[in-house]
Amino acid sequence: MAAPAEPPALAAPVPASEPGSLSQWALIGRRFRHHRLAVASLFLLAVLYVLALGAEFFAPYSRDWRDLSHAYCPPQLPRYSWAHGLHVTALRVRIDPLTFKKSYVEDPADVIPLGFFVRGEPYRLWGWIPLERHFFGVKLEAPRRADGARPTFYFLGADEYGHDIFSRLIHGSRISLSVGLVAIAVTFMLGVTIGGISGYFGGAVDTLIQRVIEVVNAFPQIPLWLAFGAILPAEWPPLSTYFAITLVLSLLGWTGLARVVRGKILSLREEDYATAARLLGASHTRILFRHLLPGFTSHIIVVLTMSVPAMILGETSLSFLGLGLRAPIVSWGVMLQDCLSIQTVANYPWLLMPVVLIVLTVLSFNFLGDGLRDAADPYATK
Amino acid sequence: MKPDTPSPLLSVRGLTKHFPVLTPGFRRRQTGVIKAVDDVSFDLAPGESLGLVGESGCGKTTTARCLLRAIEPTAGVTLFRLPDGRTVDLARLSDRELKPVRQHAQMVFQDPFSSLNPRMTVRDIVGEPLVIHRLAQGADLDDRVSAMLARVGLRPEHRSRYPHAFSGGQRQRIGIARALIMRPSLIVCDEATSALDVSVQAQVLDLLKELQRDFGLTYLFVAHNLDVVRNFCDRVAVMRKGRIVELAATRDIFTAPQHPYTRILLSAVPSPDPDVKMNFNVGEELAKLDALTG
Repeated sequence: MAAPAEPPALAAPVPASEPGSLSQWALIGRRFRHHRLAVASLFLLAVLYVLALGAEFFAPYSRDWRDLSHAYCPPQLPRYSWAHGLHVTALRVRIDPLTFKKSYVEDPADVIPLGFFVRGEPYRLWGWIPLERHFFGVKLEAPRRADGARPTFYFLGADEYGHDIFSRLIHGSRISLSVGLVAIAVTFMLGVTIGGISGYFGGAVDTLIQRVIEVVNAFPQIPLWLAFGAILPAEWPPLSTYFAITLVLSLLGWTGLARVVRGKILSLREEDYATAARLLGASHTRILFRHLLPGFTSHIIVVLTMSVPAMILGETSLSFLGLGLRAPIVSWGVMLQDCLSIQTVANYPWLLMPVVLIVLTVLSFNFLGDGLRDAADPYATK
Repeated sequence: MKPDTPSPLLSVRGLTKHFPVLTPGFRRRQTGVIKAVDDVSFDLAPGESLGLVGESGCGKTTTARCLLRAIEPTAGVTLFRLPDGRTVDLARLSDRELKPVRQHAQMVFQDPFSSLNPRMTVRDIVGEPLVIHRLAQGADLDDRVSAMLARVGLRPEHRSRYPHAFSGGQRQRIGIARALIMRPSLIVCDEATSALDVSVQAQVLDLLKELQRDFGLTYLFVAHNLDVVRNFCDRVAVMRKGRIVELAATRDIFTAPQHPYTRILLSAVPSPDPDVKMNFNVGEELAKLDALTG
């Protein structure tokens, strides 16, 4: 339902808020803006998705860039001084002569200047726009290290192989954040079609579909995911694995939506306007999609928003358990595989950064869904 | 009334609708039937208004809905003459054959609030029949919608509003515009005015009469308000328990009712004349009538 355009033939100019011509979406938007937490969540999610979209640009390093000499390098907070501008000081490895424990010490004499929109590794944005500027990173004119390599900057530290965790978080968000959306798209199609048929035609079809939904819901999820994950051949290219994972996630996730759709259709199909449409000669598809579904699109959106976190968590759990995506693909779940041992976590807590992002994302989606639900029915009394 | 009209527009014979009564639980055995419409027959001459009256639950609405196949009739023949001279049996057409016929027979609903989709603008509601039957699009569609809205007494600039912004009477006008935009020959009014207050009722009835004159419409007018029927219809059919008990010209029904049930029904209407005693014993008399007829 697009916002209705005013007919141009009108003599008197009609104000945009002519009574009764605000669409349902305008009313929902108005109410949604009162839900501060939801608006903040929406903003945060927008930032995360923009970061994911422009990952190559926003990440200081590429997905596979690494510097083995800086394995497990701790996070380096940028500092500011009049003399050097934005900078970090270089870290030198020091090996304890007694325990051989590696540690990093700052070398205040060695300043690495940082900047925004710096030249770095060349890359292709979205695979085809050749660029070499990064949002921020080490300035090109920074003095080279003794071994001739460019000085490094680990904003959130490094992992076992000297990968930059911050860069990998951004690259990984591309998979982790989109898996939810793709899975939701499949869930939406399955849920609306199956639920719609169930509610619209009723009778034996309805009974059959409802029993199938109960059986699907009765399956224990994790073992089933594991079974599906185990089926996926290891030699599949990353993209196929990715889509297979989303399919696995949504094959179990559509039942909730199907139930909502069925319930709503069951009540709406008895409305006179559905009968009226039928008497006008409208086809079943037209009645279902033009008359019945728009009556609760907002509810569908809410249910979908609320189930994105489950999808994201699903991908993370599968990848964490080693049955979903595998290296060299980077996702938040794949990154968490490094945290399987308590020693690693205790010594290098920055490896847990993906958890922070996952929690933030899931919370944001929940708050967003909450706000949308409150705003969904503009005619409901508070 | 036009008694000797050679070919009726609509000719209904033995229309029947039975609803099965099922036992609750899993097996759902059928234990009986409710005869909502039981062997109803009547003719509708072109240009006339036939009133269908009766108490609540007598099957008037079911009859109306069976005619237009909003409900599938159990049995019966509904011969409908199309403008091109062909005659089709509405009760037996398949969905695909029925679609083009629907251009010529439309319904106006009782509840002006639930019969308009709250998520669609007036333009979309009134223009939808033209879109479904591919009769117009673009600017032509817009023009025809505006013309139709003006015809039923609404302002064309109301097109972009949603139904919730209108009063009951205005909504009913939108419903009428939707039914008439394809220029049908038969309009079934299912209690079209009973949800409106009295002054608005009169306006909508006037509009319906005016449209009947201008477009040569034929009405089947389902109502429970006898005063409305008396002023609006040429002939009246009285229904009780799914059957038509009496069918006669309006004046005859109101001045010389033949069937005892019609008499009871008429006596239950309060009269503005304070000397006319109102019948408060309707229930008792109906019971007596049932005892007589078995």
